[in-house]
Amino acid sequence: MKGTRVALVAGVGVLTALGLWWWNGNDEYPSTDEEASAEAGGTVTVLAAASLTEAFTDLADELTAQHPELDIVYSFGPSSTLAQQAVAGAPADILVTADIETMDVAVEAGVVAGAPEVIARNTMALVTPADNPGDVRGLADLARSDLRIALCEPKVPCGAKADEVLGEAGVAAAPDTLATDVKEVMALVTLGEVDAALVYRTDALAAGDAILTVTAEELTKVSTEYPAALLVQAHSPQAARLVMDAMTGEVGRSALDTAGFAEP
Amino acid sequence: MTGLALLLLPLAGLAWRAPWSRLPELVTSEQVLTALRLSVTTATIATLVSLVCGVPLAWILARSRLPGMALLRGLVLVPLVLPPVIGGVALLVAFGRRGVIGGWLEQTWGLSLPFTTAAVVFAQAFVAMPFLVISVEGSLRTADRRYDDIAATLGASSWTTFRRVTLPAVGPGIMAGAILAWARALGEFGATITFAGSFPGTTRTLPLEAYVAVGAGDTDTAIVLSLLMIAICVAILVGLRGRWVGTR
Repeated sequence: MKGTRVALVAGVGVLTALGLWWWNGNDEYPSTDEEASAEAGGTVTVLAAASLTEAFTDLADELTAQHPELDIVYSFGPSSTLAQQAVAGAPADILVTADIETMDVAVEAGVVAGAPEVIARNTMALVTPADNPGDVRGLADLARSDLRIALCEPKVPCGAKADEVLGEAGVAAAPDTLATDVKEVMALVTLGEVDAALVYRTDALAAGDAILTVTAEELTKVSTEYPAALLVQAHSPQAARLVMDAMTGEVGRSALDTAGFAEP
Repeated sequence: MTGLALLLLPLAGLAWRAPWSRLPELVTSEQVLTALRLSVTTATIATLVSLVCGVPLAWILARSRLPGMALLRGLVLVPLVLPPVIGGVALLVAFGRRGVIGGWLEQTWGLSLPFTTAAVVFAQAFVAMPFLVISVEGSLRTADRRYDDIAATLGASSWTTFRRVTLPAVGPGIMAGAILAWARALGEFGATITFAGSFPGTTRTLPLEAYVAVGAGDTDTAIVLSLLMIAICVAILVGLRGRWVGTR
């Protein structure tokens, strides 16, 4: 009984100490930042739209080769989720979303420092498994009920853009599943579980021969812009600024180009 | 106390942040009702499937003296500890249209499982049945086997013995297992989204609807769906535990 009580007190003590340490650590951040600002090093956490995965991974490789003191950590996911995380105070430095509307959520919540900068543009692509089992030839085929079709959920950017493309083309699509991010849709196409899907052009490029891209004129009419912004809760604003500059600068341009993103 | 706080604080957080004034409107929205209806229907069918397949399986595991029973039990219980997404991947690889069995089904019978309501039931039964099996197996092991033997000496066939003697003896165990399985099926997420996809009305169950709401930044709907799930689970656990599972 006594042993248990001692263990309990010790446990609470350790937890309190840990808590205080963490608390103080957080409080002291501004001062450590000022020290770090001289060489702009440190860890930069970037919340980025899933469609940026390949381009940003390249960008980080390139940038950390030039600045070994930098450490870039990504969290890729659906833009809407990332924006919500930023609003909820996620410990991140930069937010990059796949459309302006989603970035506006973060701007309106007051978590964005300065004005967002558009770093790239993207268009949609109609893709099928490599052997095109459903014989898909154009956007109109997305209305066929005999085909398995995957789209993004209309409430996330890639779904909103897909709806816009379909509206533009006057096609009433018959999707069988609605994913929350574009990578989920791509996985279903690559696995051959769906016959056709609308994804970003860049995701289609990244998948290479695993899939087939069907060209359609209507697809070029709709595009989406990717805004990037510094967050007010940034722990290393100086280093984050450096990463932001790289995104809009030459290093970023070449990585985004390679992935197939158009210039802003 | 810390344990209690750890378990209850998230629930308190949900209640604190819940959009109480909009609650009636959100709970009765078409979107939420569709998901609720689908969830209840599929979880119920999955429980029935688990009963039909799981009770005989539990009986074999409890009573058979054949070698390899320990291994079989291990395999049957794998979905209990498997991350559900992995279960979904396994289902997709087996029953997907390019899968080993799925490919054959599609070519021979023109049947395709993924992205259908049947796939939801499949995924739910896959993760829920082990709960039923261990529960039933446990009560079969503790039930007095002598009654079975007596019935047999009185001339009852093994089927009659099973139906008239064994089953009633382990009734509470079966009931408890079925309730657990139903609750687990209702909460199934990972295997469902991987194997069945997510489409309103056909495959988007309550947990999936909540996930989509979070993904789309619709926090209010996500909270309402979470509260609804919690209410259902608490009702099941409180209302039925004392009756069927509890020791009183």
